Amino acid sequence: MALIAFGLIAAVVILSAVFVIAARNPVHSVLWLILAFFSSAGLMVLIGAEFLAMLLIVVYVGAVAVLFLFVVMMLDVDFVELKQGSLGYWPFALLIGAILIAEMALVWAASGALTFDNFDPSPGAETNTEAIGAVMYTQYLLLFQLAGVILLVAMIGAIVLTLRHRPNVKRQDVGKQTGRRRSDAIEMKDPAPGQGI
Amino acid sequence: MTELGILHFLIVSSALFTVGVVGIFVNRKNVIVILMALELILLSVNINLVAFSVFTGTIQGQIFAMLVLTVAAAEAAVGLAILVVYFRNRRDISVENVDLMKG
Repeated sequence: MALIAFGLIAAVVILSAVFVIAARNPVHSVLWLILAFFSSAGLMVLIGAEFLAMLLIVVYVGAVAVLFLFVVMMLDVDFVELKQGSLGYWPFALLIGAILIAEMALVWAASGALTFDNFDPSPGAETNTEAIGAVMYTQYLLLFQLAGVILLVAMIGAIVLTLRHRPNVKRQDVGKQTGRRRSDAIEMKDPAPGQGI
Repeated sequence: MTELGILHFLIVSSALFTVGVVGIFVNRKNVIVILMALELILLSVNINLVAFSVFTGTIQGQIFAMLVLTVAAAEAAVGLAILVVYFRNRRDISVENVDLMKG
């Protein structure tokens, strides 16, 4: 039963990955990418790594894929023109892929039987999340903090890269607004009749 | 092969890895799809790490998969930011002309 589910989900993963790289429209690529992420989360659920599966959905689908979607839709690029001539790359790309597959098959053939008999998605704990939490905040605390620093640096980098101050844009200046006094704005005049100011 | 084993996961992740590498070569002009292919490669690495972690009964692989996830998110954010800046400068995201930006 698990094998059938695995086969179906794995087929969806591979097929959607192929569509990601072959789709004509990048928006479709992003949508196929989301499907690939979702089904990989399914693969992880199958062997009991639930926490990583949910994290995959939250981080990849919720953040990364949506970011891609935003950028694809925001940039006004002529994708048809970009796609032109890419058919010529296919033979070379497939050759590279075949070499990679052949190399991995060779390693597998040379490595002998892969049998691991202590299957356990949550060693030393009741649930998978508990097992991860038990080591992440103790043994791997520094790595955890480092991951936070990496995210911070990436965030600052992205902001610094994309921030720009355009001239000739009217902005609200709160300090100027609240610093305005009646004497700065209103002047009383008493024009004489028939003369104007 | 009659029971779900690590070999199945290795096959899936190596296929995913190969698809990602092929994707980089096929979409040589389109940086966005290249970044997506990179995400596919990182996903295959994650599947590998999680599968080994579960089938060997150790938790370290899952911790490391989480770190890979972090790096993937950071890489996507910075990569897309660079892409947006590049697009603003050149009105175009073709990789072929990126070397015009040097020095």
